[in-house]
Amino acid sequence: MTAEGGVQYSKIAEIKGPLVIVDDVDNAAFDELVEIETNDGERRLGKVLEVGNGKAIVQVFEGTSGLSIAGTNAKFVGKVMEMPVSKEVLGRVFDGLGRPKDGLPDPIADKFIDINGEPMNPEQREYPKDFIQTGVSVIDGMITLVRGQKLPIFSGSGMSHNLLAAQIARQASVVGKQDDFAVVFAAIGVQYSEAEYFRRSLEESGALKRSVLFLNTADDPAIERIITPRVALTVAEYLAFELGMHVLVILTDMTNYAEALREISAAREEVPGRKGYPGYLYTDLSTIYERAGKLNGRKGSVTQVPILSMPSDDITHPIPDLTGYITEGQVVLGRDLFRQGIYPPVNILMSLSRLMKDGIGEGSTREDHSEVSNQVYDAYSRAQEVRALAGIVGKAGLTDIDLKYMDVGDVFEKEFLTQATDESRTIEETLNVLWKIVSKLPKNEITKIKDKYVDQYYQE
Amino acid sequence: MGKDVVLVADSTSRWAEALREMSGRLEEMPAEEGYPSYLASRLAEFYERAGRVRAAGSPDRDGSVTLIGAVSPSGGDFTEPVTTHTMRFIKTFWALDAKLAYSRHYPSINWMNSYSGYLGDIAKWWGENISEDWFNIRSEVYGILQREDTLKEIVRLLGPEALPDEEKLILEVARMIKIGLLQQNSFDDVDTYCSPEKQFKLMKLLVDFYKQGQQAIKEGSPLSDIRAMSSITSILKARMDIKDDEMPKLDQLSTDMEKEFKSITGVKVSN
Repeated sequence: MTAEGGVQYSKIAEIKGPLVIVDDVDNAAFDELVEIETNDGERRLGKVLEVGNGKAIVQVFEGTSGLSIAGTNAKFVGKVMEMPVSKEVLGRVFDGLGRPKDGLPDPIADKFIDINGEPMNPEQREYPKDFIQTGVSVIDGMITLVRGQKLPIFSGSGMSHNLLAAQIARQASVVGKQDDFAVVFAAIGVQYSEAEYFRRSLEESGALKRSVLFLNTADDPAIERIITPRVALTVAEYLAFELGMHVLVILTDMTNYAEALREISAAREEVPGRKGYPGYLYTDLSTIYERAGKLNGRKGSVTQVPILSMPSDDITHPIPDLTGYITEGQVVLGRDLFRQGIYPPVNILMSLSRLMKDGIGEGSTREDHSEVSNQVYDAYSRAQEVRALAGIVGKAGLTDIDLKYMDVGDVFEKEFLTQATDESRTIEETLNVLWKIVSKLPKNEITKIKDKYVDQYYQE
Repeated sequence: MGKDVVLVADSTSRWAEALREMSGRLEEMPAEEGYPSYLASRLAEFYERAGRVRAAGSPDRDGSVTLIGAVSPSGGDFTEPVTTHTMRFIKTFWALDAKLAYSRHYPSINWMNSYSGYLGDIAKWWGENISEDWFNIRSEVYGILQREDTLKEIVRLLGPEALPDEEKLILEVARMIKIGLLQQNSFDDVDTYCSPEKQFKLMKLLVDFYKQGQQAIKEGSPLSDIRAMSSITSILKARMDIKDDEMPKLDQLSTDMEKEFKSITGVKVSN
């Protein structure tokens, strides 16, 4: 992460928030890495945000507190920020800028890669279609995840999104294939306890040796958060496309990332967009989310599960809103289910996996998967309507068929949704519970499933 | 070249998002929700490029451009600027409904909020090509759905049992319309495409069901007998089971249904 060479400047014009403005700069480049050296020899890293009129605006990752205009030197390194990568990164723990945090020395680099990544050639992208079995019924059955997909979890503060993400990280596998599988975990501004929970849960299940962790905790400088997902994805891309591994990237919490972006935007005095977030939030998020995928002719894949907590559970907030534009569906956690103590508290009606249709069916899961899950979606949404009705007119005012739908709702939540954090269900088990739910209904209510499947799987 | 062209733009909201981003960077004065004040005129410039023309010169060429723009407002809020301005410049509106999408009603077009400004013109086409009855049948189907919409309010307050049988029949037929006509499965070989003729016959079948059901109730048959009819399941699955070139099967279904209704009312008379 340090570099030789470069041009050193000592004329600091201004220090403002996380920004340092350097005067009389020649030949600086956008995104160039800058080393800041303080009076007492402390070194910090930054990058160039803007150049013009002989000035350069440098964003300092570790913050500017303690810097003074006099005596501070800025060295323009002449290249963008790079992450050293090699197979040795597996099993290691890094900080938010990619420096070792586990007390071990720097891994011996095989390569230095620009953390901004290289955009994938759209023509070379392969359409994701390999089913990933997470062992979590509601995801496998109703919101199927496939390799190379980006599927965010929309959560709220205090809800069990970290438990769910850790469970997916531990259990994820591709049915019938023994491929190299790796997990890259980027903690962006999370509490220390959450980061520790992840580390320990991976360690205890023996998954740590196939994992790489990047930890930027809540008390680390906010500006580092801009870098954390990018170094994590750089490592993920290396593992996937150079070493042929299937990589699952978990980014938590993207809300903190957007907050950091807003902080810098405000310091630069930019015109704010919605809720003070910069107008380019959408573009910026896409440079992260679009780094998921598969490439023709390469063995590996990068699958992203970003987690974001919706401020006051508001799904129309700019962060979940813009995220939903870019990602291929979403898993939405419901506050009411969470309050009932249901884990995982996934609100399936609002959740969706856009790539599900390609990852399921004959040859990957089972031929009846798509139809039975559609029927359950329909039945559960009907169950919610009946529950609302029962709240007003009482159970006595319901018809027999309405009562059956109430039953569907209960079985769905108690037997299908509810699952222990260490319980991994196969796709067959998951589908059988789905049929158990459907079989609560009389056959003439089953309108979305072909008769031949009803004959085969309906449980009398 | 005289072709009829469809342009699908998905999505104009993201296009507007880019407009907003650029406008922010140009430090222009923001108008509604941070969008630039010229958002409406840019949208108008886009949609006004749709149309049908006879091109000048020779040979004679008739060409058309049809625009289908997808708008994806955050949280499905139809009052935000991109949606409201778009509505000013368009004539046909398909409102996708989150609630329908959540229950996997596909395509999740809300039949109450959507409209077509070309209904009168299109009725002529249906009349000439499929059936003179099309406009009336369509109005009947729409009427049933509208009645259901108001009845649902009552059901929400008092429960379904508070309604008389005639009105419960409306709810039942509306449910059949929603399942048997307004939904399609795009992954099913047969169901993914429905020819105009099949559309019309399905609509007519449902309207006939309603009329005969009304008659049966008038003659004293309980609604439970109608609900138990075996034709219902066949009608609901007709969109999947009957191919476009098997129209006689739909006619057969209609005859079967009529017979079943007769047997219901017939039993009542013999008692």
